[in-house]
Amino acid sequence: MNHLTRTPKTLYDKIVDAHTVRRIDERHVLLYIDRHILNEYTSPQAFTGLRQAGRKVWRPEASLAVVDHVNPTEPLRTRAVADPEAAQQIDYLERNCRDFGIPHFGLLDPRQGIEHVVVPEQGLSLPGMVIACGDSHTTTYGALGALGFGLGTSDVEHVLATQTIVYERLRNLQVVLHGRLPVGVTAKDVVMTVIRQLGVAGARGFAVEFAGDAIQALDLAGRLTICNMIVEAGARGALIAPDWTVFEFLEGRPQAPSGELWTEALRHWQQLRSDADASFDKTLQLDAAGIAPLVTWGTSPDQVIAVTDHIPDPADETDATRRQGMQRALDYMDLQPGTPVQSLKIDHAFIGSCTNGRIEDLRAAARILAGRKVAAHVRAMVVPGSSQVRRDAEREGLDRIFIAAGFEWRQAGCSMCLAMNDDVLGTGERCASSTNRNFEGRQGRGGRTHLMSPAMVAAAAVAGQITDVRDFSRH
Amino acid sequence: MEPFTSVSGKAAPLPQANIDTDVIMPKQFLKGITRDDLARGLLYDLRFDDAGHERAAFILNRPEYQAAKFLVVGPNFGCGSSREHAVWGLSQFGIRGIIGTSFASIFHDNCFRNGLLPIELDQAQIARVFAACSEPAHNQLEVDLSTHTIRLDDGTRLTFTIDALRRDDLLNGRDAIASTWQFADRIRAFEQRHWAAQPWLKPAEARMRGYTE
Repeated sequence: MNHLTRTPKTLYDKIVDAHTVRRIDERHVLLYIDRHILNEYTSPQAFTGLRQAGRKVWRPEASLAVVDHVNPTEPLRTRAVADPEAAQQIDYLERNCRDFGIPHFGLLDPRQGIEHVVVPEQGLSLPGMVIACGDSHTTTYGALGALGFGLGTSDVEHVLATQTIVYERLRNLQVVLHGRLPVGVTAKDVVMTVIRQLGVAGARGFAVEFAGDAIQALDLAGRLTICNMIVEAGARGALIAPDWTVFEFLEGRPQAPSGELWTEALRHWQQLRSDADASFDKTLQLDAAGIAPLVTWGTSPDQVIAVTDHIPDPADETDATRRQGMQRALDYMDLQPGTPVQSLKIDHAFIGSCTNGRIEDLRAAARILAGRKVAAHVRAMVVPGSSQVRRDAEREGLDRIFIAAGFEWRQAGCSMCLAMNDDVLGTGERCASSTNRNFEGRQGRGGRTHLMSPAMVAAAAVAGQITDVRDFSRH
Repeated sequence: MEPFTSVSGKAAPLPQANIDTDVIMPKQFLKGITRDDLARGLLYDLRFDDAGHERAAFILNRPEYQAAKFLVVGPNFGCGSSREHAVWGLSQFGIRGIIGTSFASIFHDNCFRNGLLPIELDQAQIARVFAACSEPAHNQLEVDLSTHTIRLDDGTRLTFTIDALRRDDLLNGRDAIASTWQFADRIRAFEQRHWAAQPWLKPAEARMRGYTE
């Protein structure tokens, strides 16, 4: 290699190059997967495929399986799962892990939780890694400088059998956030702003690198939220150059390197960034000061407005497909154009998910709820992102604040984010939710989801309607 | 995997943008441990009303679109969840190809792993396909993968572009794992280099243990 003509590279390209087992053609490489995360609902058919073909798992210790999507979140956790189908998926995962020698966090394991909360918590996702999982929100690990992406079940089987994937290279998109976030505005509002600007397909075919002083100022939880939810703009990868926020988070975690290895890793990680003169195919510049607390009004994660705004009018939209989408969303959500979003009465409040189920999210919600009560007509629940988050919150006394306010204090899991277990919205019910998808039927057939930050959900629960957390805090 | 070479049949238009995989295959159909019995769940809330009766007006329930082999779809089809159940359901329902202007990335990969052909056309081309399939008397398409063409009933030929690697996988019904296994030695050699350069990346099984119920 001629060092004089070395082309500047983005962090994304560096990580892909460092994991290329073999270049297949102009666009594809055989990409090595450092860590593979499995759950009970997208893995069964992959294991069955291996069994039928008589194949082994290439490197079982590089995988981790976690039960999260279908398990109940009842406050009292037992081994018994009433839903026979959920029980079957949980049991089959356990059996597959035993038979193939894969580490497994089962329902009663103190490390159980939502995969994308558990993995960073364990220190399993390290800067510079490539991490795959049969779940679209695997982009989360970009917060630690690791390239994560979701796969379908056939590709889960491919990773199990070969520890690689046939991978199509993405283009590079940079989102630069400058300035200071106003009071009451969170990482959730940042990522919802980016999704609104790009649209739900705006990052399709791209890896998104977040940069700028406002990103560097975020704690790790905020960065995880942003990298997690950018998949809703169609991104198949997200990255933030790792810095001391990441290194301090990782140090001492169970699966993070220690001793000499830690020192060596740290030296390497400090070099992990896009070259200063690297070029991006697309760049988006944002001013943090201009971001307000946001709410989705429709059935697509880019149908976002400020909490102080009114429901938009499809008549103002010039693009016919978008206009039809807006009208369909208004009908599904039972909304009229021009209505202030703050007047919308809610039936449910949900705090949790891989986007906003971490201890920092629970603290933010508890700050709003301390000394207050949930409105009488609202059913409110907190589902901690992991069993560890639940224990940490109990140690801090957050559970008592939630319970005193009238929230249900539940066990960890994906729960009502996708409603695969028994935490489901009824038809016509409106939910203030700290989750990531407001799709039709996502939280239950006919259920109506408004996405927002955890503090906004807490404020809505108390007010009984969508409300501006900034006014609320001053009361 | 069933190879895709040339397929003829009717197409059903579904022009709405951003049809997500939650809509294509709702949560209650994701609880199995096999790939089977997913045709019933396909687009369930669009096909069936709250009482479980067919919505007569929905495109796939209309007699003239029975046994459609293709869906003609709006932009960003298949966005959202990675669930491959969406693709299994489409295949089991009898859909062999999906014609649109753009597909969400994971869904797009999942199609190719299951012999379902996603075809990307430009705006002018897709308008012609929508027009063709809205006339029941002329709703007959022939898709030939080896020549990258869609032939409409009036003889019009539309050419599409497709990644050569993915095309060949589909034409041959190739087993992706078997293909990669030819390079098993390269993967092993890569691992040794990779862990020599970044030893902290080598997975350590022992550290993951330590809990028994």
